[in-house]
Amino acid sequence: MPDQPGEIVAGVLAPHPPHLIYAENPPQNEPRSEGGWEELRWGYERLRERLDKLDYDVILVHTPHWKTVVGTHLLGLPHFASKSVDPIFPNLFRYTYDLQVDVPLSEAIAAEGEREGLVMKMMRNPNFRVDYGTITACHLVNPRWDKPIVVLSSNRAYFYYSNEVGDATMLALGRATARAIAQSGKRALLVATNSLSHRHFTVEPDPPEDMSHEHIYNMNQHLWDMRMLKLMREGKTRQLVAELPDFNEHAVSECSDGSLTWLLGALDLPSYPAKVHAYGTVIGTGNAIVEWPHAEAKAQAKAAAKTAEVAP
Amino acid sequence: MSVVRGYLIPHRPQPLLAPHQNPGYADLRRAMEQVAAEIAALDVDLLLLYSTRWVSILGHQMQADPNPVWTHVDDEFHDLGTIPYSFRMDPQFAEAYAQAGRARGLHCRTVATHGFPIDTGTIMALSLLNPGNRLPACVVSCNMYADRAETLVLGKAANDALKATGKRAVALSITALSNRMFTEHIDPAQDHISSAKDDEWNRKLLEFLGEGRLEDVSQLARSFTSQANADSKCKAIWWLGALMGQHNRYEGEVLSYQALYGTGAAVVRLVPSLKAAKDQEFDEDDTEFFHGDRGVLQSATPGAAAYASAPIDAAPVAPVASKPPVASVAPIAPVAPPAPSSVKVNTAQAPKPVGAYPHARREGEWLFLSGVGPRQPGTDAIPGGPVWDAEGKPLPYDVEAQTRAVIKNVQVILEASGATLKDIVDCQVYLIDMRRDFPTFNKVYAELLGPSGATRTTVEVRALPTPIAVELKVVARLKA
Repeated sequence: MPDQPGEIVAGVLAPHPPHLIYAENPPQNEPRSEGGWEELRWGYERLRERLDKLDYDVILVHTPHWKTVVGTHLLGLPHFASKSVDPIFPNLFRYTYDLQVDVPLSEAIAAEGEREGLVMKMMRNPNFRVDYGTITACHLVNPRWDKPIVVLSSNRAYFYYSNEVGDATMLALGRATARAIAQSGKRALLVATNSLSHRHFTVEPDPPEDMSHEHIYNMNQHLWDMRMLKLMREGKTRQLVAELPDFNEHAVSECSDGSLTWLLGALDLPSYPAKVHAYGTVIGTGNAIVEWPHAEAKAQAKAAAKTAEVAP
Repeated sequence: MSVVRGYLIPHRPQPLLAPHQNPGYADLRRAMEQVAAEIAALDVDLLLLYSTRWVSILGHQMQADPNPVWTHVDDEFHDLGTIPYSFRMDPQFAEAYAQAGRARGLHCRTVATHGFPIDTGTIMALSLLNPGNRLPACVVSCNMYADRAETLVLGKAANDALKATGKRAVALSITALSNRMFTEHIDPAQDHISSAKDDEWNRKLLEFLGEGRLEDVSQLARSFTSQANADSKCKAIWWLGALMGQHNRYEGEVLSYQALYGTGAAVVRLVPSLKAAKDQEFDEDDTEFFHGDRGVLQSATPGAAAYASAPIDAAPVAPVASKPPVASVAPIAPVAPPAPSSVKVNTAQAPKPVGAYPHARREGEWLFLSGVGPRQPGTDAIPGGPVWDAEGKPLPYDVEAQTRAVIKNVQVILEASGATLKDIVDCQVYLIDMRRDFPTFNKVYAELLGPSGATRTTVEVRALPTPIAVELKVVARLKA
């Protein structure tokens, strides 16, 4: 057992449109662009500045683009390297990656998940290609790739059963994740990589970064996205989770892939305000970069409690 | 015949990677090897695939890498092993297919990117059905938003492309039937269809397919989807039905039906036949041209309308050096979209309206023309001369020339609306000088519009909006 229990330093909602990497022109990505989606990219810059000040050991990613039906799967080998090609936007994203996995923590999460009654499975095929959602989110959060990662697949319970069952499953997975982190003694950054409203345009401008064509798919999606962001900023995550089934249904939300619910479950449904670093649309979908400064909020709560104790 | 035969093929990897785990997996493998032998004996040029496991968002994508090579691992069944592949595709046909799709209103583009993640279904089908890459293949994606209409049009576009290229193909529809997988680990030896209800629905569909009733199955798709959680709403069946001709004239045979982790998996053969097993029982709409939500980009900028109809499909995908030229593909003429039930008609071939109204408005089968005068399109010149000058002083004019010009303009607007002079059923005539002009007008009318047999009312008015002597207001009925 470690001397100190591990902890979650922060949780982030970090959407993964490949457009943001395409717009940035990093050396790992083959296509070249003239920019675009600046609001979101600047939001990621603000997030990275804050994360740079944090001391953490590992990044945990829950990704909608590794879809599994038989439970939740985790990468179970220490190293993966290959080229990730987005099957939807191969014109934007062909990215060469080389990443390290924290296998002991992944196995601990699998074990804790099974204790929650969840179906868990380790992925140990060395030829496995890591999904583009994970690659995109990891690059945007930590382009130096200098931290090991844990990757959790997106279980299809939302689609096989219901939004309610999906959310219950992901809250349980979040609890299991938090326990495994605590047992590991590691300081962890949690990344839920999903968009908010998620109805796409089915056509693409030429060039794709022509921002004169970028807007939310419809007003309904915008209103729902703002509703969700308001709840996040007010620290009302219990209410947010209660409203997620309606959000998923009415705004075709990508939250139905479970990433955000997993994150909120791991953070024990936080009641402190989240920081919204940016909101923007990508090919009609709504995307927000949101941070829950978990360690900071816990420290503030602790200090406040101490002050209350000594107060006359 | 462009499509020599069609097959339904399952897409989960057990028949390829783990046939030993369950006799059912082995039977599916046996049936697929039988299909491989059947295809090898056919005189065809191409394997044409639609895979529900290749999901797209931006319209439909056609694989155009002539030699995709990779090492594939399934997202779910990664413990079954690795599938290295090297396939032979037909990029020329893929381009023809994309072009045919665009001609029918679809958003289509080819992809030819090294490392593009080809889906497990396609990989299993090509690995087992086309050993040695004897035939080139063309694979099209399954759009996640596509409905029945869009998928039917995609199937018809495939047929257009086959006709344009003169190729003969075997169609492979890669799909599960009922699609409820077990959500917990199972002993593969104990695999079975996840519920008796799903099993019953699968058997109902397979009974129809065994009788060659492909179109009936295509039209049962919505019920099947709601009852048995069909794979991708049965889009693969819609595509196959539209590609093969939307009828029930097939010799059908179910070569295998088994469970794959709870889902329904079948290998079915459909060979076109002269004799229908049964008349069609259902009557879902048919669609020739896809209208869809293609205008969503237009709201951002005033100039976007012109952009939205531009061929944006071809540009973004990086070409590969080995991609052959596509110049030899014969251009496919756009399919004329049918007019919707209510539509405004304007044509540059008729004089510009002098107010906020269209030249004509179609309401169902009825066509209502706005009042039409003799002005000439573009110049506004009045044949036979204006009836007054700029100060309003009367001028001599030729009413015969004006009447002929009016009727010519009516004819132009009717033709732009899909009608002719013979379709006129009612005509209102406005003359500014009944006593002077009626005899001449009446003679020309009899010559040009008399054969229509339309009812007519002629009235004198004090003035018309421009310096003309004659105006016609016409109602026509469009032929079905």
